[in-house]
Amino acid sequence: MQTRSWKRTLQSTIFASAVGLSISLAHAADTIKVGVLHSLSGTMAISETTLKDTVLMMVEQQNKKGGLLGKKLEAVVVDPASNWPLFAEKTRELLEKEKVDVIFGCWTSVSRKSVLPVIEELNGLMFYPVQYEGEESSKNVFYTGAAPNQQAIPAVNYLIDELGVERFVLAGTDYVYPRTTNKILENYLKNLGIGASDIMINYTPFGHSDWQTIVSDIKAFGSAGKKTAVVSTINGDANVPFYKELGNQGMSAEDIPVIAFSVGEEELSGFDTGPLVGHLAAWNYFMSAEAEVNDKFIEAWHSFTGDTARVTNDPMEATYIGFEMWAKAVEKAGTTEVDKVRPALYGTAVPNLTGGTAVMHTNHHLQKPVLIGEILEDGQFEIVSATPGEVIGDAWTDYLPDSAKIIADWTAPVNCGNYNIETQQCSGQNF
Amino acid sequence: MVRVGSFIFSLFFLFQVASAQTFVQGKALADASLKEKAVWMEKLASDDSEEATRILQYWLDGILVYWPQENRLVRGIKEGRRYQLQDLMTEEALGAVSSREIDRVKTNNSLRSALKQVLGSRQLGSSDRNVRLSAIAELKRRPDYKVLPLLKKREASEQDDQVARQLSELIGLVLLESAEANDQMEGLRRISGGLSPEVKDSLSRFLLNPNLDPGVVEVAQRELDAITRSLMYWGIGQDLFFGLSLGSVLLLAAIGLAITFGVMGVINMAHGEFIMLGAYTTFVIQQWIPATSMWSLLISIPTAFVVSGTAGIILERLVIRHLYGRPLETLLATFGVSLILQQLVRTVFGPLNQSVVTPDLLSGALDINAAFSVTYNRLFVIAFALCVLVTLWGVMQRTPFGVRVRAVTMNRGMASSMGVQTQRVDALSQLTNVGPNLGQSYIVDSFMVVVFGGVGNLFGTVFAALSLGVANKMLEPLSGAVLAKILILVFIILFIQKRPRGLFALKGRAAED
Repeated sequence: MQTRSWKRTLQSTIFASAVGLSISLAHAADTIKVGVLHSLSGTMAISETTLKDTVLMMVEQQNKKGGLLGKKLEAVVVDPASNWPLFAEKTRELLEKEKVDVIFGCWTSVSRKSVLPVIEELNGLMFYPVQYEGEESSKNVFYTGAAPNQQAIPAVNYLIDELGVERFVLAGTDYVYPRTTNKILENYLKNLGIGASDIMINYTPFGHSDWQTIVSDIKAFGSAGKKTAVVSTINGDANVPFYKELGNQGMSAEDIPVIAFSVGEEELSGFDTGPLVGHLAAWNYFMSAEAEVNDKFIEAWHSFTGDTARVTNDPMEATYIGFEMWAKAVEKAGTTEVDKVRPALYGTAVPNLTGGTAVMHTNHHLQKPVLIGEILEDGQFEIVSATPGEVIGDAWTDYLPDSAKIIADWTAPVNCGNYNIETQQCSGQNF
Repeated sequence: MVRVGSFIFSLFFLFQVASAQTFVQGKALADASLKEKAVWMEKLASDDSEEATRILQYWLDGILVYWPQENRLVRGIKEGRRYQLQDLMTEEALGAVSSREIDRVKTNNSLRSALKQVLGSRQLGSSDRNVRLSAIAELKRRPDYKVLPLLKKREASEQDDQVARQLSELIGLVLLESAEANDQMEGLRRISGGLSPEVKDSLSRFLLNPNLDPGVVEVAQRELDAITRSLMYWGIGQDLFFGLSLGSVLLLAAIGLAITFGVMGVINMAHGEFIMLGAYTTFVIQQWIPATSMWSLLISIPTAFVVSGTAGIILERLVIRHLYGRPLETLLATFGVSLILQQLVRTVFGPLNQSVVTPDLLSGALDINAAFSVTYNRLFVIAFALCVLVTLWGVMQRTPFGVRVRAVTMNRGMASSMGVQTQRVDALSQLTNVGPNLGQSYIVDSFMVVVFGGVGNLFGTVFAALSLGVANKMLEPLSGAVLAKILILVFIILFIQKRPRGLFALKGRAAED
């Protein structure tokens, strides 16, 4: 259990903003501008502030190495304040007024959907670092988080193969990511021969705080003679009371394990993980991954924030990979011009933090390993399973009949984000 | 085999190291894959020495580590980023090392539950009845026919009534695993009337077996139906309790609003943020006083009272006083204040949630029977809401101050602080995490309660809070949480159309505003 001292938070906030300030003060005549589009206030600030700090750290490190193409990097930080339409306005501001060369940003799918029309109109370049529901591939966005086949599907396979689960509760917050993911999972499970009576789907509003009935329902659903597991796409603040209620009602991981797609080290740092030991999460990265490059990253993060209690998480790794790839592609292309950097990104490989290599594919998704972790007493994860090789992100899932025939490929001859292989046509509409 | 092989080895070292380990394959155990570990566990399970028990126990607790430097297993307790090492048997301190210098013996869910089974059967003979009870509970999760003789032996010597009852149920579950119809019938007799999820689970699984005797099937089916039926009744009771506890939380959140909004006609949009301030006060106090002790809570309650109360008085002096009689401006101004407070908290404490720990006394649940248990913290919320209500009622009815407030005379400042007093108290009783957005989640619910209960009426508020809580919890299993919320909102809108002044309309000035 880690309770961070608020003084330290204050210090690191001041430190981080001081770094941001000094970077903008150091604004030389000729710099490469890096836009940071993460909410620093409002509901999503809890998650997104960390990613802003990650980008600032990456910029600082790159500048120490001498910048890019002989120029210094300059971070331009804006605050879209968890307000979805504001994301579009801030994107416009970054591209038209600040003339940034690349944007790192967004967390929720709805904010990304709001950015898409603007970034496509102005031909910008954005790296999106969060696991999401897929069903999208924009020419101007690179998705460094997991697609459903890089998180949800392997997680369910683990439950079935390793834990012998036969009955599933799909619990989620009521918005686009959980709904789409659960639709994919439901189809996938039914294809495997799991009956509709063995699948329970439950949605709750954002910030749901009273979980008593739902947890006792899950308990009842789980006592029907078959091994049961919960697949949780519950997002944000609602997770805290949910896990607390699991502990209160004595639902341990050995009875009914919960596998979560939106709970990582950062979320766990907010609460007492004692009763949660053994519950699971599926990600492409865990802080506990044993690799030299991970140790270095954690060390750099601690010295950047000035707080050795700060944790690292999967979206941070995705941000790291995105940044490294962009830097590599810029050097390869010799320019920051979007139309030259984009093709240079295809096939770019950078080491990921878990010891393997991440490669960018022409559908704008990454090839990454999938890890399953169990929660430990100290809020970290024990990696209990890893896919044998890396999994290639699939923009359009194979488990929904309509999406199965659609592919994304941004190189000739297809050159399209949603190409229908049956009609051989590109709808051209990505959002 | 492990022990025999190392017997001479340990004799050899006996004079040098007092606690020479007999289990010398520490490295092999730490390096094993999770599948190989299961084999190791079987080996250790067949060895009933104290050392094997300790290894299994520490393994389960996640503190069993292999120490390459001395080539042996030790206890490693994590402190910060380092591990404090202790001897397995003597618990003598061996110094601190970094995580790089040791290998933790890892577990996963399946190993953990197997470990609990093995340890459970070892702890059946413990002299502590609570240890015996938890061992039985552990064995019930996965009834294993192999332990039957051991269980029967224990049953013969068990003195404690409750333990004996649990043991008999466990034996019943184990007997269901038997292939003999007689054993099965005996098992069914023993578990008859049991309501725990394990009983229902085993019985459902039992009925899936196609080779059962028709007579047995009939009895088993009858048992299962009876269990399902009584579980349903208990389920309704449980929903009622859930509703009551949700209602208490709503009551605590709304009661302050009922006074400021109802009695004084001031719409305080920052009400939720006062709750948040109270919650952060608790958090700050827990940084100083061990959070698990009851003291931190007892000190937090009056402190949070003062903090939120002061904030309330400041708000009244600086903002509301100047806008008296202009409800729309008050609403906008207090909404602005709520945003300022949120951002302030975010700047000071950071955007991340902070954890407020539930004191040990309030963790856990009171089991009334296997199907119905109430968690202590919910019980506390209900009791606390009751205390606040009684105190407030006393103040309002019996003191000159209360009379003044009720008369809604000139002294709005005091009345406001009065209202605020109750607002923050509930934040404490929530006992969950605190975050900058905490306040927002309460404001809508609070307004709903006040409007439904009738403006300016304490008992209307009580009635409304409890009935909305119960209605919400009864609807939830039927319609899902999202729809339940919507249905309640629709109901209130329709209700307000019929009775604009709420359930218990007050005759008089306050209601007329």
